[in-house]
Amino acid sequence: MTTSTHLVYLIALPLVSAAILLLLGRIADKWGHILATLVSASAFAIGVSEFFAMKSRHGDARAATQTIFSWISVGSFKVDAALLLDQLSISFVLLITGVGTLIHIYSIAYMSHDRDRRRFFAYLNLFIAAMLLLVLGNSYLNLYVGWEGVGLASYLLIGFWNQKPAYATAAKKAFVANRVGDVGLSLAIMIAFAQFGTVTFAGVKAGAPHASSAALTAIGAMLLLAAAGKSAQFPLQSWLGDAMAGPTPVSALIHAATMVTAGVYLITRSNFIFDASSTARLLVVIVGAITLLFGAIVGTAKDDIKKALAASTMSQIGYMILATGLGPVGYAFAIMHLLTHGFFKAGMFLGAGSVMHGMDDEVNMRKYGGLAKFMPITTITFGLGYLAIIGVPPFAGFYSKDKIIETAFNAGGTKGILLGGAALLGAAITAFYMTRVVVLTFAGSKRWDEKAHPHESPVLMWLPMAILAIGSVASGFLLASGSAMVNWLAPVVNASGVEGGKELMKPIVVSLLALGVVVVGVAFAVIKYRTVPSVAPEDVSIFTKAARKDLYQDSLNEALLMRPGQKLTSGLVYTDDTLVDGAVRSVGFTLATVSGWVRKLQNGYVRTYALVMLIGLLALIATIWMVTL
Amino acid sequence: MSILTTIELLPLVGVLALIFTPKAQSKLIKQLAVAVSLITLAISVVMALRFKSGTTGFQFVESHPWISSFGINYAVGVDGIALVLILLTTILVPIVLVAGWNESEGGRFSVKTFYILILISETMMVGVFAATDVFLFYVIFEAMLIPVYLLIGGYGRGDRAAAALKFLLYSLFGGLLMLAALIGTYIIATNQIGGTFDLTKLATLTIDKPTQNWLFLGFFIAFAIKAPLWPLHTWLPKAAKSATPGTSILLLGVMDKVGTYGMIRFCMTLFPDATKTFTPAIITLSVISVLYGAFLAIGQKDINSLIAFTSISHFGVITLGIFAMTSQGLSGATFYMLNHGFSTAALFMTAGWMVYRRKSSQIEDFGGLQRVTPVLAWSFFIAGLSALALPGLSSFISEFLVLVGTFTRYPVAAILSTFAIILAALYVLIAVQKSLHGEVKPGNESLTDLGLREKIAIAPVIAIIVLLGFYPKPVLDIINPASGVVMQHAGAVDPVAKAGK
Amino acid sequence: MDISNYLFLSAILFTIGAVGVVVRRNAIVVFMCIELMLNATNLAFVTFARINGNLDGQVASFFTMVVAACEVVVGLAIIVTMFRSRRSASVDDASLLKR
Repeated sequence: MTTSTHLVYLIALPLVSAAILLLLGRIADKWGHILATLVSASAFAIGVSEFFAMKSRHGDARAATQTIFSWISVGSFKVDAALLLDQLSISFVLLITGVGTLIHIYSIAYMSHDRDRRRFFAYLNLFIAAMLLLVLGNSYLNLYVGWEGVGLASYLLIGFWNQKPAYATAAKKAFVANRVGDVGLSLAIMIAFAQFGTVTFAGVKAGAPHASSAALTAIGAMLLLAAAGKSAQFPLQSWLGDAMAGPTPVSALIHAATMVTAGVYLITRSNFIFDASSTARLLVVIVGAITLLFGAIVGTAKDDIKKALAASTMSQIGYMILATGLGPVGYAFAIMHLLTHGFFKAGMFLGAGSVMHGMDDEVNMRKYGGLAKFMPITTITFGLGYLAIIGVPPFAGFYSKDKIIETAFNAGGTKGILLGGAALLGAAITAFYMTRVVVLTFAGSKRWDEKAHPHESPVLMWLPMAILAIGSVASGFLLASGSAMVNWLAPVVNASGVEGGKELMKPIVVSLLALGVVVVGVAFAVIKYRTVPSVAPEDVSIFTKAARKDLYQDSLNEALLMRPGQKLTSGLVYTDDTLVDGAVRSVGFTLATVSGWVRKLQNGYVRTYALVMLIGLLALIATIWMVTL
Repeated sequence: MSILTTIELLPLVGVLALIFTPKAQSKLIKQLAVAVSLITLAISVVMALRFKSGTTGFQFVESHPWISSFGINYAVGVDGIALVLILLTTILVPIVLVAGWNESEGGRFSVKTFYILILISETMMVGVFAATDVFLFYVIFEAMLIPVYLLIGGYGRGDRAAAALKFLLYSLFGGLLMLAALIGTYIIATNQIGGTFDLTKLATLTIDKPTQNWLFLGFFIAFAIKAPLWPLHTWLPKAAKSATPGTSILLLGVMDKVGTYGMIRFCMTLFPDATKTFTPAIITLSVISVLYGAFLAIGQKDINSLIAFTSISHFGVITLGIFAMTSQGLSGATFYMLNHGFSTAALFMTAGWMVYRRKSSQIEDFGGLQRVTPVLAWSFFIAGLSALALPGLSSFISEFLVLVGTFTRYPVAAILSTFAIILAALYVLIAVQKSLHGEVKPGNESLTDLGLREKIAIAPVIAIIVLLGFYPKPVLDIINPASGVVMQHAGAVDPVAKAGK
Repeated sequence: MDISNYLFLSAILFTIGAVGVVVRRNAIVVFMCIELMLNATNLAFVTFARINGNLDGQVASFFTMVVAACEVVVGLAIIVTMFRSRRSASVDDASLLKR
């Protein structure tokens, strides 16, 4: 372990910048976006220098720590505000600050007409700070702070245009769904403390071998719940589609590249828990497999370009979660897919934003068509991202996704065939819906109104897209060559010395199979969408209808949770007034009634009072006399 | 005269000065009251700085005979728990005065009376936390009702007389039970060590179990009414709905803490065996309070009742932490008393300004305030985030400490209470969405944003909430030794981690 | 003569007074009956002082006399004002408190 003194600046810089922009208000309108972008860029610079510093160190010395101050200390519950930068966190730091800076630059142009651009950049900085804290914290509790911090930033950014009631509702929905996940994270931390007496990653790792398998499974399941909330995994996925209400750069940064992948980070970080509990791993792969298919199916039916991409994000994160559930061999591939996905999905979201920018914020792909002519750069960058996501060699997705499919097949037995089959099927559907998006948007004939004047976006917007496109092309090869990523992460995820399971198929067979299903998917989409009606047809199969409605997850949530919850609430409000307070009021009422009767004794005649007093006195004397007798 | 007594008496000096100020000079009266409360604050900060945080036991002790034939003394002293609550009081009073500059006007009594009542309350609030003589505590505990009764009934809104009466009757009922238990304890003391009301001496009594149970209940019910625990809570929403924001802040932020403070100081210290007997029942009631308060908060239409129900939920958390009997739970609960004071203050203050501007307290009537009054909206939002215990804000630390401390001993109770964080997100965000987001509703277009005075009032509260969220150590260092003493006295030891190294 | 006879006398006087208070309607008579009761207690006090051989009871009787004197002043004043306002000294007419 190396001790560092400047890790804190990674977080402090964007945090202070966000505070300045928010506190100064309109004074900072003129230069707020520049400050925020510079801060993000300097965080990236720190990250890069830390990366090279780390590469120059060897063995255990690669990981760096910094204890900032003693945060909470009560009895045996001691938590420091401390940071840990190891091979896993630096990967995230580079992704967050790198993609983050590109998106800052993009947003300068994209948000230039918005009167609240400064506020937008403040939120972006806040997000960067929180996300960095999430990946840098050295204990679950530090992570939790970042975890909720990104949730807050996400809430603020989804609801950036909260004067529209639907957007405000989407923001609230995202926060509440995340809070359901947070219950999982809270409970996981509590169990960890009760079991191990500490909540640092190192402490829990050291204690894990001594813990009962029931406790480990419980922690694993709770962490999975947390991951499902943050990463939009089944059954907490319904918020991600609505989250597209936020400005497009937000969707690219938070709801594609970084925040939604926090669940993958959490599980990878907690590898010592999941490695020790096969039940927890099984839950993880089930959730991953369901979500990757779920997201892919939903993606086939969405006409809103951002929602289609969101469904795709959900599905791709499903792949990553699936990979993390496959044991030590899977973690590196999950993170690799996470990084490549960060490039190509952010690039495509920015492309979508560029299209919307040129089309007066129209999001319905049925109103696009033939845009390639008008937006050449956007088309090319989007196209490169498209090739990456469907997994065409030698683009990024090919390397990362194929590895996951391969590892899934090698999981062994029926489980392996099921998981591998699901991953393969997901790849086919991915090819189908992504081709659909590209065909609907860029190919074919124009279906837009005469009012729209599609045009290419300014350089500030296409430059980040171009850089991300380069990443979509090259990152996969770079990360996979010589198993670079696997070796890099090995010390963190304990992968050294772990033999991959028995190979079900040779890697080349898997790749050919995957390529085969991709070709089928692409071909199917191209044939199906040669002509596109500009209004979504209503006479579609029940499957399409279900996919359009997110496979009824919202309706299910509403029927199972929201409605009964509302009934319970209104019932309790009624009960509180009638029963609980009623009981109190009835005491008062009884007293009033009784005193009404007693009042009749007070007839106002002095002589009666005197008589009563006399009788009372005599009775008293008689009693005393009888008692003392 | 010790510094503690000085803090107690200063507001009374202010009251004297106010009495001789002409009624018509309302501005002078207000300035005078704020000045007095600021001096009190300054002295209490000095006291906090002189407080030796590493040591246990009471500090700044002072004792004078009061009614010597019954062994009653004017005896005061503070430990860590009392100190933070006294600081809470002295910080909140000037803020309340500045925030509610106009709320004394248009009441049944004069402006002058309002400020006299507030300052009298301050004396009593400080006194009740400082008292180490149980009889002195009881007297102030009961006397405190009078100024609040007058503040609610004299300056409130709507059905204020009924709300004030309900508050008074509920509290008097509890006080009566406490008096009975107090006399019982005194008689036992007379038989064993000679008549005294001194807390530390009473703590050494050996009381047989059945008697202890009855005495415990007498104290506990009084405190459970004060820090409303389900099902004794119904006075609170009514009082909060009718009281002025300033009164609500003092009532929920400080005075209700006397309940939870009393549970620690008297119930646990004087009757450790009975505490163990009743713990399961109290834990159950606390969990019910946590969830019940949260559900009811979601269903409220009036913004002040909403805040009141969130408080019921949070008081449930505090009671849970106290009776979990772990150092995390107890310190967390004490820290939560402080944080809840500030967070409720921020909520009532901002909600009060919204109501003052809009002339309505129905959440439905607001809407779109984010566009019209951004600073007010932000303040309300941050207060809301504090109520939902967002990590990075102080209430998170205390809530988490309570939950984690409870989990090590009562996992089921902790798990159930953890679900309240979802409900908290709902009640806060629904209110935020309805009042701040969306289109600007008719009637809200010309509302004015916060003025300088209001910004000065809210800024320190938000600053404290954020600062203690990032760096709670100074306060926790003060609280920890005191809660250690309470734990030790109750004979409780933290559970050991099962798979520790 | 047995000293306890004084006590019997005192009891008889007290009873006469008490019955008078209860049954008579005229305020003046009621008043006189009250005085009778007070004097009966005075008699008892003095008797007991004699029996016990100390002065405590005599002191108490002085107090009673003082109180009785005050009562006469206040009470007569009330009765006079009552008579003035309603031309009657019946205690049954003075049941205003009930209304």
